[in-house]
This record gives sequence, C-alpha cells and structure tokens, in this order.
Amino acid sequence: MAGERGASVRFDQVQKSYDGVSLVVKDLNLDIKAGEFLTMLGPSGSGKTTCLMMLAGFEPASHGEIYLNDKPINNVPPHKRGVGMVFQNYALFPHMTVAENLAFPLQVRSMSRAEQEEKVRRALEMVELPQFGSRRPAQLSGGQQQRVAVARALVFEPDLVLMDEPLGALDKQLREQMQYEIKHIHESLGVTVVYVTHDQTEALTMSDRVAVFNDGVIQQLSAPDMLYEEPQNSFVAQFIGENNKMNGTVTAINDNICDVKLDDGTELKAERVNVEGVGHRTTLSLRPERIETVPDDGMDNIVPGRIEEMIYLGDHLRVRMKVAGNDEFIVKVRNRSGERKLSEGQDINIGWYARDCKALDPVG
Amino acid sequence: MTDTAETSPVLTTRDGVPLKVSIARATRRQKLRAFLLVTPLLLFILITFTAPIADMLYRSVENDIVSETLPETVVALEVWDEGSGEIPNEDVFAALARDLKIAAEEKTHTRLGSRLNYENPGMSSLFRKTGRRVKRMDEGNYTEQFIDIDEDWGTPKTWQVIKQFSSPVTAGYFLAAVDAERTPEDGLGFKESDERIYLFLFWRTMLLSVTITVMCILLGYPIAFLLSNLPMRTSNLLMILVLLPFWTSLLVRTSAWKVLLQQQGVINDTLVWVGLVADDSRLQLINNQTGTVIAMTHILLPFMILPLFSVMKTISPTYMRAAKSMGASDWYAFWRVYFPQTVPGIGAGSILVFILSIGYYITPELVGGTSGIFISNRIAYHISSSLNWGLAAALGVILLTVVLVLYWLYDRIVGIDNVKLG
Repeated sequence: MAGERGASVRFDQVQKSYDGVSLVVKDLNLDIKAGEFLTMLGPSGSGKTTCLMMLAGFEPASHGEIYLNDKPINNVPPHKRGVGMVFQNYALFPHMTVAENLAFPLQVRSMSRAEQEEKVRRALEMVELPQFGSRRPAQLSGGQQQRVAVARALVFEPDLVLMDEPLGALDKQLREQMQYEIKHIHESLGVTVVYVTHDQTEALTMSDRVAVFNDGVIQQLSAPDMLYEEPQNSFVAQFIGENNKMNGTVTAINDNICDVKLDDGTELKAERVNVEGVGHRTTLSLRPERIETVPDDGMDNIVPGRIEEMIYLGDHLRVRMKVAGNDEFIVKVRNRSGERKLSEGQDINIGWYARDCKALDPVG
Repeated sequence: MTDTAETSPVLTTRDGVPLKVSIARATRRQKLRAFLLVTPLLLFILITFTAPIADMLYRSVENDIVSETLPETVVALEVWDEGSGEIPNEDVFAALARDLKIAAEEKTHTRLGSRLNYENPGMSSLFRKTGRRVKRMDEGNYTEQFIDIDEDWGTPKTWQVIKQFSSPVTAGYFLAAVDAERTPEDGLGFKESDERIYLFLFWRTMLLSVTITVMCILLGYPIAFLLSNLPMRTSNLLMILVLLPFWTSLLVRTSAWKVLLQQQGVINDTLVWVGLVADDSRLQLINNQTGTVIAMTHILLPFMILPLFSVMKTISPTYMRAAKSMGASDWYAFWRVYFPQTVPGIGAGSILVFILSIGYYITPELVGGTSGIFISNRIAYHISSSLNWGLAAALGVILLTVVLVLYWLYDRIVGIDNVKLG
C-alpha cells in the first residue's frame, strides 16, 4: 500500500445553501494538493463539515464545481467517487465482525476471497489490531473502533480520505496518540487527507495546511505555524491559541508598523497586518507568551499593570493582570530559576516588541 | 490490594451482626414489600383469569358424566369385552335400569344423552326415550325390555360408546379436535374425509395468519422507513395517522371494511364506474378469505409498524453513508447494511402480528363468511352455540400449544433476544 499516490481536489466558487435563503458555504475556493494533509478547522456551524459532505457526495453543491484530479465530480454519486471516509462515530456496521467490516468495500468491488483476506490482514496490521478480525465492533474499545474505522477507509486504497472529527469521542490521551498514528499512516501511504475538526491542537499537530472556517468562509489557509504566528484577521488570532485583544484607533502608519491609541489612552506600536488606514478602528492581538515581565530597554511597548491573579501550572505561571483598563490581560511567565518573585496585587511594568503585536481588523 | 479481600476479617455492622446477613435481611424486606405491592393484582388475575382458564382447559379431558350418571352400569361393564361383537349380559342391563331410574328422577339422563351424542349421533334421543319409560319397567328380563324401547340397546356400538367414555378422563375431545376417532378395533383413525373440518381450519388459520403477517411486513416496512427518516415534526404527524386506528373501535373499523368491500360497496362501485370491472361481474371481496386478509392486515398493521419504526429510529444514517463511501450502491448498501439491522424489528412485528391473528375472532366472523373464518370462530361456536365446551377447550389447548411451539421455534432460530420492541 506504500508509495506516492493521492488525489488533488479543487473547490471552485462553491456555494451551499440548505434552505435557499442563507448560505452555509460562501464562495469557497480551495486547492488541495495531491498527498497533502489538509485540515478544515472552525467552530460548529462554520461550514467545514458541509464542505466535507459535498466532497464526499452526500450533499450537492448549490453553486460552483468540485474537481477531483481535475475532473468535475458534481454529478458523480458518492459510491462512484472512490473516496474513503472516517465518520465521527466510526459508523462500523454493528452486525458484522471487524474483518467483515473491512472486507465490505472489497466485496463491493468483487475482489476474490483470497485477495480480500490478504488486504484485510494487512489493513489490520497497519492499525496494529491483527488478532481482532473476528470481534464485533461493540466488543472493541473506543480507540480500537477508531483504528478499525481508519483501516476500513483505507483498505480499498482510495486516493483521497476524508475524516469528519474522527477523534471527537476519544479521551485526551488516546486522542493525542491517534493523532500521531493517523499522521504516520498518512506519511507512509501518501494519500490525500481532508480532515475536519474543531480542535485546534489536532489541526496544528497533524496538518500540512489548515483552512480556518468561520461563517462559511475560509478565514485563513496556511501552514500551522503561520496560522499561529501570522494570523490574518482577528477571528483566526482568537480561534488559534491564546490571545490578548486590545481595541483602539490607528493614529499613524510607518511602513509596516502602526501607532495605535487604545480606548483608555495608552499608546502602543504594533505590526500592521489588517488595518484600513489612519483613523480607523483596529484590534490588537498579542500572544501571552511574548510578553516579558522584565522588559528589555529596547522594547517598543512598555506599559504598567497590576497582577490580579496567578495560577501555577508547573512549566509556566499564568498571570492575569489589569493592563490598559482590561483586567482579562493574560501573561505567561516561564518558570525559570532566579525569576523575580511575583505576587498578587503587585504593580509591575510589562513589555513586548511591536512585531509580536498584530494590528488586525476591529472586533467587538 | 487483591489479597486483602481473602484475608480480611468478616465485615460486621456495629452491633456485631455479619454485614452479609444484615444486607440479606434488608433486601428480603424490600422483596417482600415489592411482592405485597403486586399481590392484589396477582390475586385478581389468579381468581378471575388464570383459574377459569385452567378450569376451561381441564374440560378438554374431563369426562365424569358417564361414571357419575351411570355408576353401577360402568362397574358392570368392566367385565364385558367390547371387541366380542355381542351385547352385554343381563347384569349390565339391570344395572342400567337402576341407574337410569335415579337419573330420570334427577333429570340428568338428558345431559348424558347430549354428551354421548357428540360421539355417536342418536344417543341423545335414545336416552330421552329410555328415560321416559324406564320408570314403568318391570323387574327382571331387562335386556328384552330395553331392546323393546329402542333397538339401539341391542347393538354393540351403543355399549362400546358408553364403555369407551366411562373413564373420568378422555382423549375424545382432542381426537375430535384433530378430526380423529376411535375405531371399533380400538385403534385410531381419521374421520371420513367429508367429516373432517378442524385440521383444515387449523391449516387455514395458520396460512391466513402467515399471509397477513407477510402483507404487514410488505406494507409496514416502507412506512416505518419513511417515518424514521422524516424530520421529527412530519414523522410525528404521520405517526398519529398510524396510531389513529387504535383510537377507533375495532367493530367500527371492521364494519367500515364491510361498507368498502361488499359487492355493492365503494370499491366495487368505483371499479365499475372506472370501467375496470363489468357491472355483472363485481369482485367478491368480502365474506371470503380475501375479506379476512384485507381487513386483518389493516387492523394489525400498526403492530408491525411500531416495532419496525422504533428499531429503524436507532439506525444512524451514517451507516448508509459509510457504505456508500466505500462504493456500495444504494440498493447494495440497503441490503447489506440497513436491512440486517432491521431484522429484530421485523421479528418483533411478525411475532406480534402472527400471534394476534392466529387467535383473531371478531374480524373473520364479520367479514370472513364461511371460507374466511378461523379456528377461533369454531371455538366460539362450540362455546356459545353447540355448548360442546370440552371440544372448544381441546381446540383452545391445541391453538395455545401451536403458538407456544412456534414461539419456541422462533427463539431457537432467530433468538428472542433479537426482538426489539423499542
């Protein structure tokens, strides 16, 4: 089953509406390269699952065209698309054994019995459940069912595998383990994987690229690190990782640095990412771990604040502060030896570089 | 941790009673209370339901009327060889005279006559006639006097019947219920083919019940499928339509079918009006098996739809999607993935419909005519018209046994655990 394969997928101006009034997916354009692991990430109701269902063929697109390997597939019924799919609740057939479940797609393709057995055996080995063929799905644990579901979606060697929140029902530890396993399977098989999740950790861990969905629109499509480091708008900044947001007005713009005056009068410098111009409102986004409680002299922004609450988390301290009128301001302080002792109620200066603070579109 | 359980001392409550004993005592009290709660209903059922049914079933073998009415004759007959082809000796006739004199005074001889009449037609009038004249009989030479009254006393057949049914229990009712009888050679044989009725009725009851069950599956499956796949609001509305017949009297529904199905009824009128059927050859839809099957399928349909619906409701649509994503066509996915999961529902519905229809009475009675009636109609006839309760009880026992055997078979083949009612 090894070797390079994988299908490319292209969404071309795809729209979807269930009721003919509101659009669930608005003008979607998306290129998925062959062999890529692409994750559709977004809150529930953002249209990501609808996109997956359109790709699988269970929902027709209201407008636009979906291409699989450059062939339009809008009029191809689901069972002729040759797309493997892992469902949220696994959808293992309860009246069949694990081996029968795995053999199902092979029987559909009228493979010989010997060939079926061989492929089922190899698929079970791939997911490390070689001796479980004769069990019923109900006799397996959640993690084992998950692996069988993955094996079943891959056993007929599709070029494209869709996964609809496949790890949602597992506990945290198992979920992390399965993330790596799925990633390894993807790497060794080279199939294209389109993965839907609302869990950002999952998306960041596994994907080559992540498409962040909100309100039926892709907010940002980029590699996981770029998504975190360079959010294109406030929604992405909010949705991915932890984030302090500060609202203000742009007072000046110099190249890619702009001066922002916050609503309480504090003046800050931030990197210009998504602002319309001087005089417009903006929301600044600042990651808690980029803030220093002992600011360097050269830092662009140094502001006073009061420590409201401290939570000890082992590797770091989570400090809630009141900064610039906002008492939900979070600072992550690394747990280093010789670090200055902080205590609640203390007034300190904190600082950060302008490049770590992004000026984005205004919200709230 | 594991060996502490073995070595730990006996757990006791604070006053020293072993904990195990104390818990057992507490649960015993609970069980007793639970039992007391159901006692009134249990007694009610035992007294008004179970006991009468048991008594009724006993009637299928009970036969003390001969030995009670003719005690001396029965004793005297013991020495008579019924295979000899000759009538009994004078002693027996003397005993019969004594017995009948008492019976005629107590007027029990006519009951005996009608009982024996089931086995041998003519016995009823024989006893009636003899009972009238036995009081005026002279002492001695009873044989001649009896034969004087009626020649039948001179035939061995009469005596064979009396002797055969002189024991307090009899298989006679059961034999009659399966169209069998005792032959004079003390063997068993079926009645003449033109006298057979019950075996055929049992067969027809089974056959029609199977037909009705199959019809219910064919009609109910698509409805249940539709109901379970529609949005909640619509499916609730349609479900009310399915349940609507339950809120209507059974008699009303059956009578409605009479109106619809009769030769001058709505369906025939429509067919004639459309021109599908000529006016002089209207379809015979009622008072035959067609009528029974149509009306009973309609009446029992909800019992098929409800279990099917409740089973289908639990089958997630993702199974079908999963099957299709693996390349199965709609039909293949349905047949391999969906249908097997609905089998428990079909099983539950079939058992309900079949068992209900096998004992159905009122609908076949009203729309079945003569060719569409069930065994239960015959039982009702014997209970209320011919008053042959013994035979009715025997038929009932056989029907009950058939149902239990079928249930057992079903359990062996399908497994009763696979039945889901909801």
